[in-house]
Amino acid sequence: MSSHELTRSAGESLGAAVAPESVWGGGVSPYAMGSKKLGMWLFIISDAITFSALLIAYSYARVASPDWPTPFHFYPSVIKATVMTFVLLSSSVTMVMAVRAAKLGERSSAAKWIGATMLGGLAFIVLHGLEWAGLIRDGVRLFKNPWGSPLFGASFFTLTGLHMTHVAIGVVYLGVVAGLFGRGRLSAEDVEVSGLYWHFVDLVWMFIFPLVYLLSVKMT
Amino acid sequence: MEAIEHTHEAGSKKLFLYVWFWLLGLTGVEVFLSYEQLGVKLMLALLMGLSIIKASLIISYFMHLRYEKRSLALTLMPALVFVVVLLCAFFPDSLRLLNMRPH
Repeated sequence: MSSHELTRSAGESLGAAVAPESVWGGGVSPYAMGSKKLGMWLFIISDAITFSALLIAYSYARVASPDWPTPFHFYPSVIKATVMTFVLLSSSVTMVMAVRAAKLGERSSAAKWIGATMLGGLAFIVLHGLEWAGLIRDGVRLFKNPWGSPLFGASFFTLTGLHMTHVAIGVVYLGVVAGLFGRGRLSAEDVEVSGLYWHFVDLVWMFIFPLVYLLSVKMT
Repeated sequence: MEAIEHTHEAGSKKLFLYVWFWLLGLTGVEVFLSYEQLGVKLMLALLMGLSIIKASLIISYFMHLRYEKRSLALTLMPALVFVVVLLCAFFPDSLRLLNMRPH
């Protein structure tokens, strides 16, 4: 047991992947992946299940209602939501560039790419906040709206609100990673792990956008 | 040799931009489709199909799952699919509610 700890090299960070001599010798990383990264993957699947449950609950309510509102005008709502989708997709690309730079050892470049990702996230939050403000001004409340089924508000605000919360937490998380990685306190793997979280946030939006917005466009 | 391995490990910019253009393109197709008069089932099937393709692109290339050990994908994905399928068991009940509403 202790001989394995002695053979671990001094520069190896905790949680980094360990290559085995024999699988049964212990000290092996499942899936040949460091524990932080595997932990993030497992969290992502669990969070994906949470969002799936919410999306299916929304779908259930919608299928069961004969009077579901379709309030999203092309201008401003659908355009804004499409721009938000483009912004989030682009922020995923900047994040991928950040991970790439981090793996190549380019610390300040990686921090800058993470900064660009954070800007994308902030832009998304601002646009989404404006969308919310517009709907609230039009009279949408959690259990009441001027158009149809009283469940519309609760499902819309819960789904998009939980997602927006994830984006906001992501922006803070990325800021911490950018700061610490730029100063040499975190490894490239930590940047990659934060990237996984950010892509997950983008993934959830890939499903919320069509199910909530595109299925509720106002046909004139 | 090391530089090449590094670059593959880091990922090529071209590939990422290529995936990005596909993602934007598929999004445009979705927005266009939503204004066509298609019928709910077809619309839902198309939108969900396109979204699953987009999700697969992000998971495989941006999240790098394609280049990890296959056993990881085999552990994660079936679990998620299984739960979603179980949740979908409730949809016949929602149709019951719809059809049993007092008119």
